[in-house]
Amino acid sequence: MTESIIIAGSGGQGVMLLGKVLAEAVMRQGRQVSWFPAYGPEVRGGTSHCMVTVSDQEIGSPYITKADTLIILNNPSFDKFKGRVKRSGLLILNSSLAKTSVAGKVKILQFPFTDIAIGLGNIKVANMVALGCYLGVKKTVKIKEMLEVFKFMAPAGKAGILEVNQMALQEGAKLANG
Amino acid sequence: MEKIFARPEALLDISTHYCPGCGHGIAHRLIAEVVDELGIREKTIGIAPVGCAVVAYDYWNFDCSEAAHGRALAVATAIKRVRPQNIVFTYQGDGDLAAIGTNETIHAANRGENLTVVFINNAVYGMTGGQMAPTTLLGQKTSTTINGRSRQMHGYPLKISEMLALLPGVHYIERVSFHNPQGVLRARQAIKQGFKNQIDNLGFSMVEILSPCPTYWGLSPKESLEWIREVMQKEFPLGMIK
Amino acid sequence: MSKKRILISGNEAIAAGAIHAGCNFYAGYPITPQNELIAYMAKHMPLSSPPGVFIQAESELAAISMVYGAAACGSRAMTSSSSPGVSLKQEGISYISGAQLPAVIVNIMRGGPGLGNIAPAQSDYFQATRGGGHGDYHLIVLAPASVQEAYDLTQKSFYLADKYRIAVMILGDGILGQMMEPINLFTQKNNTHILKPWALTGCKGRKPNIVKSFFLREGALEKFNLKLQKNYELIRRKEACYEGLFLEDARIILVAYGTMARIAKSAVSQLRLLGKKVGLIRPISLWPFPEKAFQSRSKKVKYLVVEMSYGQMLEDVKLAVSALAQVAFLCRSGGGITSEEEIIKKVKKIL
Repeated sequence: MTESIIIAGSGGQGVMLLGKVLAEAVMRQGRQVSWFPAYGPEVRGGTSHCMVTVSDQEIGSPYITKADTLIILNNPSFDKFKGRVKRSGLLILNSSLAKTSVAGKVKILQFPFTDIAIGLGNIKVANMVALGCYLGVKKTVKIKEMLEVFKFMAPAGKAGILEVNQMALQEGAKLANG
Repeated sequence: MEKIFARPEALLDISTHYCPGCGHGIAHRLIAEVVDELGIREKTIGIAPVGCAVVAYDYWNFDCSEAAHGRALAVATAIKRVRPQNIVFTYQGDGDLAAIGTNETIHAANRGENLTVVFINNAVYGMTGGQMAPTTLLGQKTSTTINGRSRQMHGYPLKISEMLALLPGVHYIERVSFHNPQGVLRARQAIKQGFKNQIDNLGFSMVEILSPCPTYWGLSPKESLEWIREVMQKEFPLGMIK
Repeated sequence: MSKKRILISGNEAIAAGAIHAGCNFYAGYPITPQNELIAYMAKHMPLSSPPGVFIQAESELAAISMVYGAAACGSRAMTSSSSPGVSLKQEGISYISGAQLPAVIVNIMRGGPGLGNIAPAQSDYFQATRGGGHGDYHLIVLAPASVQEAYDLTQKSFYLADKYRIAVMILGDGILGQMMEPINLFTQKNNTHILKPWALTGCKGRKPNIVKSFFLREGALEKFNLKLQKNYELIRRKEACYEGLFLEDARIILVAYGTMARIAKSAVSQLRLLGKKVGLIRPISLWPFPEKAFQSRSKKVKYLVVEMSYGQMLEDVKLAVSALAQVAFLCRSGGGITSEEEIIKKVKKIL
């Protein structure tokens, strides 16, 4: 079984981190995973995306032409990547910054991740709300396992950061199941 | 009978290939005498340049390395960082240190590397046939400044020692010259200071030596020494620069 | 070391591999897409026991001469860069080769020529294997195709460098450098340090050593070059390696290295499921090139070379196969990456 995910947003939205925590969690399950970044010359702004491939077999190219799942956090990324999902794939969209009414076989989940993050007190955790939503639907890893990874990867001595990210993840999961 | 003068142990008994009246032979010997006096022959690692002194390592009796043209201070930086217990020096001409190697020179000095640099300034490129050097004087004729160096076409003689003196990482720079026996003795003292500074971990030390090149100055060895005293020293004044 | 897997990028895995192999000197300059490597070295070199030396040099040009110096006094020394920076290093590489100094040079290739872009490419194959510097010299060139292999081959490269007194190049690309995969960390057993009586350490108790590549006396340079050639011959016999898949019954064999080989492997798996008799030769050493992999095969076997360049490894494949074999070519470069689907399409067309 192989699952390919493209995650895209603007520089500074935590797109890379989203991919990395997912990859770390998958690795801890003993499965194969690859994570691959792509970015422009800007350090902030612009578009930034990463590709995560999850598999039980050896992974070929880490480069994904058409993904099973697209997680899109802003509008320019939506324009750029909307063609990169398989016909029966899943699109998870940040409706705070991008909207679509595209029909077709692609399953679309739109939620205001940025607004939810602001509600939690930190705009930067919109990425983890999106991740929670993804895991709620696809169950690639359990929320419990992801929370363990957060603990491992959170910067030391900044307890507030860990908490708000954990809350964001759980809020996102609720969205998927609600 | 007491032997009061001999070949330094750090200098091999090999005839050099340098031209009559060239300053390299003197500089090689002064370094060897200082190395012996300080008792560091078995710890010394010298880095030879590209230029007439490319085979300087054939004349010294201690470990040596070549370096690509201009890169001696990069090579020396690495050796000293890996083996701080050794005494590491570079021996470089005006092209090696102040043309192709300027970047490596400035940055080694800026990092304050604990190295000793012996800079042989003879205002011309000897080995390759007498072309202009960064330190060639205005009006000086060379094979690439046929009518004499002009500031419009070729810019000014480069005062690399004065430039390096601006850097806080530099501990000691002195300019000396071989124009007469007192000059040679002063040069010896400066070289000794440069090596002592390294032993005492004081940082980047450089001795610039105004050295004769009779062949490409078109002068006799005696005239060359006069030219250093009367002309070169006006552009490149002797003394402590830092 | 532990069997635990860690998630790490190719660039960092190479750096970790170097440190675990006893690399105690690194000089480099920032350039995308290998910045993670220099960052890892900056952090971890000083933490080694004893601490290694890390220098961010003023240029790639200075860095390779620093490696020369460190290698000259017996260190396990390394530098890394990407294509434009490796061009700068060619002078130093020629000097290192002429002085027979062991060293490891990492090139994480990007699109070119000139400033190009920061996307992956395989356009420096000629530069690596034909020698971008002057003179008759060779580097051992190793091409990992996974993050684990990048870690493993980097360790091996220090051993090979010391054993043969040669510079070894690890040839990766921007995908391999920046992608993250799980790997196991361990120190290879064949990494015992080799004695270096020629190194500059101060001449106490022995005659002085000279490290140089300059042989002016009549006949001396030719004699020295013959010695180098003999060494290269020995390396050719012993160190060529490759991975072969499904070669016994293959009617068409894909040839690819590094990241391209991963994509080719996926294509091979899919084609085999469709019943196509396709195989893969993945050179791991690009110099010496694994010619034996291409010999004693039926003349009817066709080859398809797939690389991210406009025909560099293609030439070595053509040289290695029998004159009558058909060698086809599929490529994209300048940052373009041939996809699995394009490979499958081409193979079907040929068969």
